[in-house]
Amino acid sequence: MSERVAIVGVAQTVFSPKRPDVNYAELAYEAISLVLESTGLSVEADIDNAVSCSHDIWDGQTISNIGITDVIGGHLRNEEKLAMDGSTAVYYATIGILSGEFDCTLALAHTKMSQTNRNIVNNTAFDPIYSRLLGLDFTSAAALQAQRFMSRYNISEKQIAEVVIKNLANATRNPWVHNKGFYTLDQALDSPVISSPIRKMDIAPDSDGAVAIVMASEKKALKVTDKPVWIKGVGACYDAHYLGDRDLSECYALRSAAEQAYRMAEIDHPRDEIDLVELGDEFSYQELLWLEGLGICGSGEAADLTCRGFTSFDGALPVNPSGGLLAGVPTNVAGLNRVAEAALQIRGEAGDRQVGDVRIAVAQGHSGFCGQHQCVIVLGRE
Amino acid sequence: MNPEHDYGTFESDQRIVAHSRYFAGLMGSYFFVRLRDEQKIVGARCEKCNKVFWPPRSTCGRCFSVLSLENLTEIGPLGTLETFTIVKYREPVHPRKAPFVYGIIKLDGADTSMVHFVDGVDFQKLAPGMRLRPVFANKRNGNILDIDHFEPLDSY
Ligand SMILES: [Zn+2]
Repeated sequence: MSERVAIVGVAQTVFSPKRPDVNYAELAYEAISLVLESTGLSVEADIDNAVSCSHDIWDGQTISNIGITDVIGGHLRNEEKLAMDGSTAVYYATIGILSGEFDCTLALAHTKMSQTNRNIVNNTAFDPIYSRLLGLDFTSAAALQAQRFMSRYNISEKQIAEVVIKNLANATRNPWVHNKGFYTLDQALDSPVISSPIRKMDIAPDSDGAVAIVMASEKKALKVTDKPVWIKGVGACYDAHYLGDRDLSECYALRSAAEQAYRMAEIDHPRDEIDLVELGDEFSYQELLWLEGLGICGSGEAADLTCRGFTSFDGALPVNPSGGLLAGVPTNVAGLNRVAEAALQIRGEAGDRQVGDVRIAVAQGHSGFCGQHQCVIVLGRE
Repeated sequence: MNPEHDYGTFESDQRIVAHSRYFAGLMGSYFFVRLRDEQKIVGARCEKCNKVFWPPRSTCGRCFSVLSLENLTEIGPLGTLETFTIVKYREPVHPRKAPFVYGIIKLDGADTSMVHFVDGVDFQKLAPGMRLRPVFANKRNGNILDIDHFEPLDSY
């Protein structure tokens, strides 16, 4: 049984609105071949498990990992798929290695959002009996949450826009993403309302891309790299399905996932002990809500914290220095990209978006509407 | 391969169509028949938790008690708006044309809330706490759209 698990390699494709030149297996292979090349590992000799995250309807077939068995090394070998956010690939890869069953796992997430209509795909995430016929999707559901959150804590549209401005400016340092630029508050507030209070610029744009990570037991990791990034803690938790069952201005599932991960990582004071956060800002307001769920501040306090520059690129605790999901990262890939960005920062390999010395980083991913399922990964250099 | 010919990037243009009949379950069947035939709304009470859940369900997710038909209790019809959004975009899955309002509405006597349409309201006057009443569809088919929408109790 391995005592510790490390990330030994990270690779990402460029994320763009549409990649018409590759199918999803070819897209996945771009990331997989890069991570194998950078680690010098081979599928046949080194990788004994693979975990992928994608979405059947976006891929266009059920059990859609059958479309990537060849490129992930799944042919006549072990391979599992989660129809969930990519952070959960890291969660289950970690558990597999800690159990002693596996030594070296390839974690993959891939999605081509350009292949179909996100709102119709996401409408099928709502239960067919009581909710789906209303025509709900992730954007209208998020708008109900944003309105509730903002009205409960008296948060203004200007404060939400600060998240957009920050993340899109951070994204100018990130060569992998496609939605970036320096915007003013007026420009952000001029963006058309899609579903009040959510504007076009508040929504992570459709993107195609893939991320691959190799994870290994301590013994294996130290043979592969002199810069292992250790998985210090993991946590996951589900909230209720129905929107009316939840208090949408709170995120109990994230609080629970974070508590599990912090306990394992022996983090008592997250705000002081964490050097960097990469989180799933699928909608801009979520950055604030998830910061509260991660225990970085109290309920309703993240807006002020953001406006004070605490989470800025040069702030005390940089949040999404990569530009986050608003910069254009595909759904499902989202959380694995958060883990990848956090790992690159710990290795000091984040290029122009390197925030300085990062010893402890937190990555957060979520699946379902309004963050129903939450996954937290704590990464560290030691 | 003919070097003169453009083989381009080819997309296979398709549509997934499936006619589905999803069973509403023990509690759901009762809920929809009462809604369709009597224009009444029911929830399920968990005695142990002292909570009334909408939609009615056969298991309490909090204490795992098994709930059955005798746990069903009439709720509403009046309710209170908790949050809302004005939807400005159009999708074929929307049963009405934008702009329209979704609200999360807590019916009187229930501890969990229902998402539905809020019509007949000045968008500027939408606010949490607004009292609403359901308007039932004239032609009811046994689905959630048998409640056509909610509207403000007071005239706005
Ligand atoms: Zn109960």
